[in-house]
Amino acid sequence: MTFWLVLTVNSITFGGLLFLLSAGFSLIFGLMRIPNLTHGSLFMLGAYFGATFIGTWLGLKVDFWVAALLAALLVAAFGAVIERLLLRRLAGQPMAQVLVTLGISFMVADFCLMVWGGDPISVATPSALTGFIRVGPGAFPIYRLAIIVIAVIVAAALWLLLDRTRLGAMIRAGVDDPDMARVVGIRVSQLFTIVFALGAGLAAFAGIIGAPILSVYPGLDQDMLPLALVVVILGGSGSLLGSFVGSIIVGFIYNFGQALLPELAYFVLFMPMLLVLLLRPQGLFGRHVL
Amino acid sequence: MNQNLNARLLALGIVFLALVTAPYWIPGTYYINVASQILFYAIFALGLNVLAGYAGLVSLGHAGLFGIAAYATAYMLQAGFGHPVAILAALVIGMISTALYAVLSLRATGIGFIMITLALGEILWGLAYRWISITNGDNGISVHGRPAPFGIALSGTTAFYYTSLVVFLISLGAMAIFVRSPLGAALMGTRDQPRRMNALGYHVWAIRFWACLFSGLLSSIAGILFVYYNQFISPQTLALTQSAEVLLMVISGGAGTLLGPVIGSVLVVVVKSVVSGYITRWNFLLGAIFVAIVILMPEGLVPGSARLWRLAFRRRPAKKPEPAT
Repeated sequence: MTFWLVLTVNSITFGGLLFLLSAGFSLIFGLMRIPNLTHGSLFMLGAYFGATFIGTWLGLKVDFWVAALLAALLVAAFGAVIERLLLRRLAGQPMAQVLVTLGISFMVADFCLMVWGGDPISVATPSALTGFIRVGPGAFPIYRLAIIVIAVIVAAALWLLLDRTRLGAMIRAGVDDPDMARVVGIRVSQLFTIVFALGAGLAAFAGIIGAPILSVYPGLDQDMLPLALVVVILGGSGSLLGSFVGSIIVGFIYNFGQALLPELAYFVLFMPMLLVLLLRPQGLFGRHVL
Repeated sequence: MNQNLNARLLALGIVFLALVTAPYWIPGTYYINVASQILFYAIFALGLNVLAGYAGLVSLGHAGLFGIAAYATAYMLQAGFGHPVAILAALVIGMISTALYAVLSLRATGIGFIMITLALGEILWGLAYRWISITNGDNGISVHGRPAPFGIALSGTTAFYYTSLVVFLISLGAMAIFVRSPLGAALMGTRDQPRRMNALGYHVWAIRFWACLFSGLLSSIAGILFVYYNQFISPQTLALTQSAEVLLMVISGGAGTLLGPVIGSVLVVVVKSVVSGYITRWNFLLGAIFVAIVILMPEGLVPGSARLWRLAFRRRPAKKPEPAT
C-alpha cells in the first residue's frame, strides 16, 4: 500500500515537472507550428545555470529560488535570441526551422559537456523544504509535494495569462488562425518571440526545480525531449489543459513503468501515444491534427 | 545534350574506376576503412533520401531502423546462428519494424511526421539502452568475425571495402531504377501535389508506405554492414545525433537528388574523421554545420553547385514549375 502511495506521489511530481516543460513546448508548437527541438536543451541549460548560480557571489548569497529565477530569465533571453536571429530568418519554412532547432540542441549539449564536464552535478534540496511529511504509514518528501504546488500555481498563472489578459487573447488568436490574427492587426511575429522566450524560461525553470530530484547530467536533454513530445502528441498541441492532463498521464506511466517493468519503461510510454495516434490524431484536447 | 550526356558518362566512368582501384591508390588501411564507412553511410543516406528527398517526409528516427537491423544481426550471431541466418533475420526484422514504423508515422505528414518519427527513434534508443536482457544495455554487443561468402574471407580491410562497394553500387542502381520507375514518379507526385494525386486516383498512403519500406530496406542493409564493420553495436548507434548526421548527409548533398546523399556522406564522414583527430567537439561542429547549411545553402551542395555550374557556362537554368496549391 505504502509502495503504491509513494509511487503515486512520485508520478504526480514528475507529471508536474513535465507540465512545466511541455506547456511552453505545446504553446510554441501551437503558435509557430514547429516542434522546438531545443526544448530539452533549454531544460538542461536551466538546470546547469541554476546549479552554478547557487552559492555566494561577491558577498551576496544566492539561494535556490533566486538561482532558479536567474536561470529562467537567462534562458528566456537565450530563447528570444534564437527566435529573433535564427528562426525569424526562416519564417514560412517550418522544416528548416525544425532542423535549425535540432542543430542548436547539439551545440548546447556539447557546450554543456565542455563547460560542466561529464560528471553529474547534484543540487541540494532548498533547506526550507527538506524533510518528510508523515501521512499514515507513508513518508513523503516535502520537496516533491512542493513541486506539485508549484506546477499547479504555474498552471493557474498560465491559464489566467492565456484566458484573462489581452496578450493571452492575442496568443489564442494566433494559435487558432495566424493569418486572420495578422489581418486584425495582431503582430504575430512579436508573439512568436514572446511565446518562445516564455516557453524557454519555463523549461529552464523546470530544469532547476527538477534538479534536486533528477540531478544534472549530460544527456538530460535527450531524456526530457521525447517526454515533452509524447505529452504534446498525447494532450494535443497548443492546449494548456492538454499539456496538463498529458503530463500527469505520462508522469504516471513513466513512474509506474519504471517501477514495474524497468527494462521496458521507455517502451510503455509508447502505448498511450500509439492509441492516441490511432484513435484521436489531434490529441486529447488539441484542435489541430499534427 | 548528347555531348553533355557523354561528359557525364565519362565522369561517372572515372569515378567508378577510382572506386574500384581505391585500395591500390589510397595510402594506408586507415583511409580504406574511412572509404568503407563512406560507402555504408552512403547506403543509409540513400535510404533516408527516399523519404526526406523524394517523398518530402523528413524522418528523424532513421537511426532506429538502422540500429534494429544492426542489433538483430549482433543478437543472432551472439545466439550462435551462422552469418547467412543472422543477415536474413536482420533483414526480416528490419522490414517488419519498418512496416510498423511506417504505419505509425504515416498518420501525419510534414511537421507531424518529424515529431512522430523523432519520438519513435527515441523510444527505440530507450529500448536499446534499457532492455538489458536483449541488448546488453550500455555495454553493447560485440560481434566476432565477418562472413566469408563463396570462400572469400571478408575479415581484411580491402575485402570489406569491396563488399561495401558492391552492395553500395547495387543500392545506387536500385535507387536509380526506383527514381525512374512509375512508383518513383508517383512518390514525387505525392510529395509535390498530394491532393491532386489523390484526385487522380493514386493511393497516396500506399505509395508512401512502399517508399518507407524501400527506405527501411536500404537502412537495414547499411545497418548490417555497420555492425560487421565495427564488430560492435551499442545504444549510441541509435541516438538522435546519428539520425541527424544522416539527415545532414542528405540535405547537405541535396535532398531529392540521386548522388547528393552520396556526396553528403563523403563530406560528413571525412569531416568527422579529420576533425575528430584534432578536436573532440564533433557534436558542436555537427550542429553548427547543420544550422549554417539550412540557413545559407538550403538546397544542398549538389543542386547548389549545379546551379553555379550552369551559371558559369551560361546555360539557361532548368525551369522549375511553381507549385500551385
